[in-house]
Amino acid sequence: MSQDNQQNWVLPAGLPGPVPSSEGLGAEFWQGTLDHKLLIQRCNSCRQWQWGPEIICRSCGSEELGYEETRGEGTLYSWQRSWYPVHPSLKESLPYLVVLVELADAPGVRMIGNLVGDPEQEFAIGDRVFAVFEDHPGDTPYTLVQWQRG
Amino acid sequence: MAGRNIRGQVAIVGIGESTYYKRGQSPDSEFKLCIDAIRHACRDAGIDPRTIDGFSSYSDDRNDAMRISNALNMHELNYSVMQWGGGGGGVMAAVANGAAGIAAGYCDRVVVHRALAQGQFGRFGQAQEMPVAPGEYGHVMPYGVMSAAQLFVFRITRYMHEHQVGQEALRAIAMASYHHAQNNPRAVMQGKPLTEQKYDESRYITEPLHLFDCCQENDGAAALVLMSAEEAADITDRPVYLLGAAMGSAPQQGAESGGISYHNAPDFATSNFKTLAPKAYARAGITPADIDLVQSYENFTGGVLMAMIEHGLCQPEEANEFFVPENLIVGGRMPLNTSGGNLAECYMHGLELVVEGTRQLRGESVNQVENARHCLCIGGPMVGPASTLILGSDRGE
Repeated sequence: MSQDNQQNWVLPAGLPGPVPSSEGLGAEFWQGTLDHKLLIQRCNSCRQWQWGPEIICRSCGSEELGYEETRGEGTLYSWQRSWYPVHPSLKESLPYLVVLVELADAPGVRMIGNLVGDPEQEFAIGDRVFAVFEDHPGDTPYTLVQWQRG
Repeated sequence: MAGRNIRGQVAIVGIGESTYYKRGQSPDSEFKLCIDAIRHACRDAGIDPRTIDGFSSYSDDRNDAMRISNALNMHELNYSVMQWGGGGGGVMAAVANGAAGIAAGYCDRVVVHRALAQGQFGRFGQAQEMPVAPGEYGHVMPYGVMSAAQLFVFRITRYMHEHQVGQEALRAIAMASYHHAQNNPRAVMQGKPLTEQKYDESRYITEPLHLFDCCQENDGAAALVLMSAEEAADITDRPVYLLGAAMGSAPQQGAESGGISYHNAPDFATSNFKTLAPKAYARAGITPADIDLVQSYENFTGGVLMAMIEHGLCQPEEANEFFVPENLIVGGRMPLNTSGGNLAECYMHGLELVVEGTRQLRGESVNQVENARHCLCIGGPMVGPASTLILGSDRGE
């Protein structure tokens, strides 16, 4: 894990990294982010997108689910600026911005990430954002999806 | 099937609490606090604890029904139920589930209990140390979203945006709780009044939530004794009746509260009472206009605002006018959290709100609402399953 890499992270090292559920749900998503692709679960029968992942389609009940790539663009749906260190590794990184983003090309799908840039920056609900991939190399590498305005 | 309604069938006949402490200040273990609260509730009811034959709790309370029944040397255990998940969302369901056991004939005397020593067992306001974030939380925790405030605040922010609710409305809810706590010798925040300036200058936990928008972390326990209305009439002249209750969730509110599917709920900016509140009113046979006061679980003030609106006490567009301190204190339009509640009395996971609602309908609160007949008790908002309860000073019509 190079120092260069960490300097581009929004939040410092030490937070728990993502793993699929014990059933394996979400594995395709996290494999996709390693390749800098934003894959979201979609029903092969009724074509409905759904997120988070589930074992059946919540719309039609089909078990024929897949993952499809989205453009990684969206709008700010909600936000918070956190000032309290809920985890020891965050003590030197306050405040930080977390956003809830609604994807442009997967209607109804929302994702949580950090807003890249100055944590005190001006922004508004409805602002357009795009996905930025943040690599976390190591023994069990993973890539987070962050969001940048523009 | 005849008689499928709880209205007036079961009464609260005993209320009990441990001493309430700041987190980490209790000299006693959580189990001792639990036993204290149950014994106080039995003494209040005038019954021998050995005659209790059922338990109902929520949020995976650690104080096991078998251990309590052994410790109290109970003659029999005939009922023991735990409401699924939902944290403080389960509190009113625990009361309703206890009553359901009596109404169904499984048991006669049920204790509803909750004990929580955050000093002994870890704080709710900090993340548990986890090496990895699995499943639903893998899409949330790596971004620094770990505490309850952070898991729920996106809904509050979105609601405030959609309905142009101002920060002053949240402040009013905190100020009402602190106002009432000043008269309450049990309240942890007695002697620490809250002013507008003190609120405005307080630190943010996560914007827009200030410190005073968030519940306390405490050590303590609370308990109720329930019995049938018929048996209650033999032992007390001040029974408080369950008129109606509802528990559950609107559709697609997420697989786990605060996980990623929770944040993908089609109806997102909701406290999750839209399906429940109408059922509770219908079961009670009353309408929002009949409510005299409210005890509403404050995980965070914004959730209280959303929950009261979803219980029909005001319209979303009226929120900025309705949620002002003078409306929410005793003597105002809708007195709220008259003991100080989770914010200023004690975070007894909401069960202290039912204890206070019972006091009000008996006419013995330190902040008594005149002629109080119907008290709405709302469990933890923005979670699932959530729950809500209407108490009455008479059995209902």
